[in-house]
Amino acid sequence: MINIFINDKSYKVEAGQTIMQAADKLGFHIPRLCYHPKLSIEGACRVCIVEVVGIRNYVASCAYPVSEGMKIYTNTEEIRRARRDIVELILDNHPEDCHTCERDGNCELQRLAFAMGIRKRHFEGEKKHYEKDLSSASVIRDPNKCILCGRCVRICSEIQKVNALGYAHRGFKTVVMPAYNMPFKDSVCTTCGQCINVCPTSAFIEKNFTQELFQKLGDKSLIKVAQIAPSVRAAIGEAFALEPGRQLEKELTAALRKLGFDYVFDTQFSADLTIMEEASEFLERFQGKGKLPMITSCSSAWMKCLEQFYPDLIDNVSTCKSPMSMASALVKSYFAKKINADPKKILSVACMCCTAKKYEALRPELMVDGMQATDIVVTTRELAWMIKSAGIDLLHIKGEEFDHPLGYSSGAGTIFGVTGGVMEAAIRTAYELYTGETLLDIEIQDIRGLKGIKEGKLVIDGKEIRIAVAHGLGNANEILNTIRKDPQRYHFVEIMGCPGGCIGGGGQPYAGSNSLPLDEECLKKRAEALYGLDRNKTIRRSHENPDVQRLYKEFLGRPLSAVSHKLLHTHYSPKQPQGIIPAELTVK
Amino acid sequence: MIAADDKKINELRVFMQEAKTKDHPDSQLISILHKAQELYGYLSQDVMSQVAKEMNIPTAHIWGVATFYHYFNLKPKGKHSISVCLGTACYVKGAEEILNAIREELKIDFGQTSVDNLFTLQEARCLGACGLAPVIMIDDKIYGSLTPKKALEIIKSYKK
Amino acid sequence: MPVRFNITLCDGPSCIHKRSKEIVSTIEGELKKHGLSGKVGINLSGCLGMCSKGPIMIINPGYTIYGAFAEEDIPEIIQQHILKKKPVTRFIIDEDHLYNRFFRVFGDVNFFGKQMRIALRNCGIIDPENIDDYISLRGYEAMAKVLTDMSPEKVISEIKKSGLRGRGGAGFPTGIKWELTAKEKSDEKYVICNADEGDPGAFMDRSAIEGDPHTIVEGMVIAGFAIGAKKGIVYIRAEYPLAVKRIKKAIADARKDGFLGENILGSNFNFDIEVRLGAGAFVCGEETALMLSIEGHRGMPRPRPPFPSVSGLFGKPTLINNVETWANIPVIILDGADWFSSLGTEKSKGTKVFALAGKVKNTGLVEVPMGTTLRQIIYNIGGGIPGDKKFKAVQTGGPSGGCLSEEYLDTKIDYESLAKVGSIMGSGGMIVIDEDSCMVNIAKFFLEFTQNESCGKCTPCREGTKRMLEILTRITEGKGVEEDIDKLQRLGNMIKKASLCGLGQSAPNPVLSTIKNFRSEYEEHVRNKRCRAGVCQQLLVYEITDKCVGCTACKKVCPAEAISGAPKTKHIIDINKCVKCGACFKICKFNAIRKS
Repeated sequence: MINIFINDKSYKVEAGQTIMQAADKLGFHIPRLCYHPKLSIEGACRVCIVEVVGIRNYVASCAYPVSEGMKIYTNTEEIRRARRDIVELILDNHPEDCHTCERDGNCELQRLAFAMGIRKRHFEGEKKHYEKDLSSASVIRDPNKCILCGRCVRICSEIQKVNALGYAHRGFKTVVMPAYNMPFKDSVCTTCGQCINVCPTSAFIEKNFTQELFQKLGDKSLIKVAQIAPSVRAAIGEAFALEPGRQLEKELTAALRKLGFDYVFDTQFSADLTIMEEASEFLERFQGKGKLPMITSCSSAWMKCLEQFYPDLIDNVSTCKSPMSMASALVKSYFAKKINADPKKILSVACMCCTAKKYEALRPELMVDGMQATDIVVTTRELAWMIKSAGIDLLHIKGEEFDHPLGYSSGAGTIFGVTGGVMEAAIRTAYELYTGETLLDIEIQDIRGLKGIKEGKLVIDGKEIRIAVAHGLGNANEILNTIRKDPQRYHFVEIMGCPGGCIGGGGQPYAGSNSLPLDEECLKKRAEALYGLDRNKTIRRSHENPDVQRLYKEFLGRPLSAVSHKLLHTHYSPKQPQGIIPAELTVK
Repeated sequence: MIAADDKKINELRVFMQEAKTKDHPDSQLISILHKAQELYGYLSQDVMSQVAKEMNIPTAHIWGVATFYHYFNLKPKGKHSISVCLGTACYVKGAEEILNAIREELKIDFGQTSVDNLFTLQEARCLGACGLAPVIMIDDKIYGSLTPKKALEIIKSYKK
Repeated sequence: MPVRFNITLCDGPSCIHKRSKEIVSTIEGELKKHGLSGKVGINLSGCLGMCSKGPIMIINPGYTIYGAFAEEDIPEIIQQHILKKKPVTRFIIDEDHLYNRFFRVFGDVNFFGKQMRIALRNCGIIDPENIDDYISLRGYEAMAKVLTDMSPEKVISEIKKSGLRGRGGAGFPTGIKWELTAKEKSDEKYVICNADEGDPGAFMDRSAIEGDPHTIVEGMVIAGFAIGAKKGIVYIRAEYPLAVKRIKKAIADARKDGFLGENILGSNFNFDIEVRLGAGAFVCGEETALMLSIEGHRGMPRPRPPFPSVSGLFGKPTLINNVETWANIPVIILDGADWFSSLGTEKSKGTKVFALAGKVKNTGLVEVPMGTTLRQIIYNIGGGIPGDKKFKAVQTGGPSGGCLSEEYLDTKIDYESLAKVGSIMGSGGMIVIDEDSCMVNIAKFFLEFTQNESCGKCTPCREGTKRMLEILTRITEGKGVEEDIDKLQRLGNMIKKASLCGLGQSAPNPVLSTIKNFRSEYEEHVRNKRCRAGVCQQLLVYEITDKCVGCTACKKVCPAEAISGAPKTKHIIDINKCVKCGACFKICKFNAIRKS
């Protein structure tokens, strides 16, 4: 412990931390912008500057370590003015369209400008002007909104290790862009949307389908069908100022009906279905028919990543479509038949925590009878906006149940939204499929939690099965390189593209005014919301889901049947966006 | 695209192979870009992508480096550079007509280089020769009191 | 051909005290006696730093240095040395080979009369591509001494004792830097020579490498030994092809001769040097940016700490010094810290190289002892302002420095004194400005440079310098408003204190120092829309005086058709149409056009 002084008051703090870390614990919130606890220290925005006695210039508190006897001033007249001017300089090169901006009211820059007391502008001048990049199916890049904090560049390279984004040019002309300023859709971007999550402004934002959806919801000739991903219910409350961790499954179902959907289904149902197929596929492979380790295929950002960076591992990946695409395929076949409707008249909408699902929906290999299976994907954020915009009081609405036949789910389907959940669900089923006995201890703690890479072992019928779970494409990179070197190391691997799994998806609500995106506490609470739902269900194994059983009986036959293969499975092929690096990705 | 039998790319590959044998191969990036520019005169996207592949460095990173340093050209430069003065004096004296004539003759716009790699067209703010307006500068020689016809004649003289 | 002798007398205060002025007249008398008046050159030099042995007299050619003699000894010296060509050995000071070497070439040139060359001691004297030339002038002797007779601790303590400070600009004590890096425990350490000289108008590093590359190599090996590094890197601008070629050759030759590589000079010390090229980014002169550039990244500085001495290149302890600093190392080792620290001022020891340029008669590189005044450099070495123009300012430190007005001319140059008056030593640019220059425009010029070279990482530098430049441009175009000057100061002071790296922290200096020292010029631009130097084009007003004979030349040349008037009558300029190009002014043969 060492002594430091903050604003003339003496404190005992631990050595080896930065001024900002020490101040945070003492209740001094130094304003900040480029800093993010999960990312490397940039020290670029200079908003978090403080005065330290004996140092001529201000120091960035995010980067400067505390030392014995250090005298720090966080709030002098001079430092307040300097910070104010710095934030004004950022504003001076930023569009003044707050009231029409997607992030109005939830923008870190806006909050900062208010907090710094910028009521008058002194230094206005030339502003940058660049084209918006609308090319990507998922993510819009608007360099005009960019304030060059670099969080997107860092999350893309450090956490995701995709390196789609970088700084280009220099000085006043610096722009964050993909290589060669190529259209985003042609770049190596996996559309995971983490750049949106960490962006303090709206330089990155999802491609918005809310207007189109509102319009279609008003079209009486269409049968409007929605599905909701597990993580949406676990997080949407945050967009309505609830503390993280409260799930709103039933309220959401009711809200969607109020928005005009005729049927509201649950992606958790198709998650159960995925498990039936995937567990069966794994057991086939485990018994010698196919490549091991088998890797899960639910995460669409991970699928694009696979095709670009790990084409050599395509055969290791399960052929199962994602739960969203399985549900959509069934909506336009099984369900259409059931209600005697022309599948072309069905509008299949997916409410997802994910931006990459927008890209997935457009994949040609996922077409069903020449139709796009998922017509529209909206993120949790878009959905929250629609609910607000339509004047629906989500928090005080009377909850409703999902529709059948694609609405009932087991607890296994629920935990799909959390890292490790797919693996856990698969094991609950595979164990019974293989041994004929019911697995009793179904909460597999080894693969729960937010550790980047989790490993576990289980014994089924005297045989050891080695499993691993990775979330975030950076962790995936690590595990995949391990597999390349040592293919025997694991039997079954779960990979999710986003940190925390789907609960940390690129389409989840923005962090509130006092929290940071990707906050672990927030992710843990979202996870807990899903684990809670799982615990409270009587049916917690996918194969016990009566609707799934009925589906096989009425339509699919059995897992991995011909019909299953046609509707629920797909294939992936190597992709070579410009400037791709096919060899192993290394950390930069 | 880079042809398979491109001798330059082979030379660059050899250079990169050697770079890979050193400690911290990634740190050789700027040296490699220097070498590439030495060979090609500029850094094309194809060449940068080749470097990305060979050195296993993300393309966005290479692009970031290439655009950061003034020394690297991202477009081929012609043998001669033609700067058309668009200062006020030249502008009112008809610089635009001269510019259009040159554009048409060489089929290039600002920042571009003619197909024969002879000329790169650049925009100049005042060249300080307003008395001679309108003026153009070829390399470091100033030509003044131009008409579109005269300008084209001068350019022609550089083609020999 | 008869030898033409040249006698140089030191006229430092201490030599004057020892009657050097009188000695000059004695010499003149003696020469007259022998009929040699006018046939032997006599000149005075600035303090040669050998004050204890005064009076000091140097006779060239032969670079013989006499000291501690009296007036009475002059006849003998003239008789023996000049007439019989036999130097009088009992007065010769021979321990100071540096001066000897220097005066052999430069002793009789007035420009160098005030100079003292340590860093540039061999430049222009040896063949830089010939290692033997370097060796013949005690090259690699310091290295040999270090490797055979000295411990790393001893080397560091010697450098510390010398008082040498970084010549790249900031002036951090070199010995302490070495000590800090030596203290770190690591399997690998690096020694870097920062040769990414980027100041517009400064070229001392280039000259030093082009003229004497081996001294850099030698300095780096010594540092490698002292701090426990095996690898050195010279980071040099690609824009300096000759310097690149020479340093590469020097390294290759040194390797061949066993001065680099394994077991240098039979010791168990291994060290080798690699050359890395910069690619045109001024900011890479900043040490963290430089290291990132070597690592193959964009040269964007990172916050310190950690300092390079702890975590530098590839995360290893790293010692970075600039070219001029390296060039001092072998001299300090050979001639001792005591001697070195006897030169200069209390806190700034040794010499400093400046690139003297601008409105001054003699321009070029000058190396002077610390403590020399600006006036001495500009007037005694530089020969003053050409064309009877009035001195206005001297800009030191390049784009990071400041402009000093006449009242500061007697400032003794060292790190502290320059900083105190609002400028910096910087890497050594020194630009003399006369009354024909507009200080607002000069400030704008420098800010344009730094603004263009900003890496774009931190907000104050990226956005702030842009706004400052806009305000300055506005002022030079006559669109300035009263509060603009305050805004410049407010932004400037913030940028100085809040920027991430040295580039941003010093970028406002040219503006702030000109506001401080030449505020009235700013006010004239803003209030009266007047540029007293007549530089700011947009503020000029052209009018035709009665001298006009109506020749119509101006009317014809005017690109804006702003001039009207019938032939043979006085013409008139329509100031609303006038684009202020000055074409009429240039063409008028009758001096009838006035600009104000």
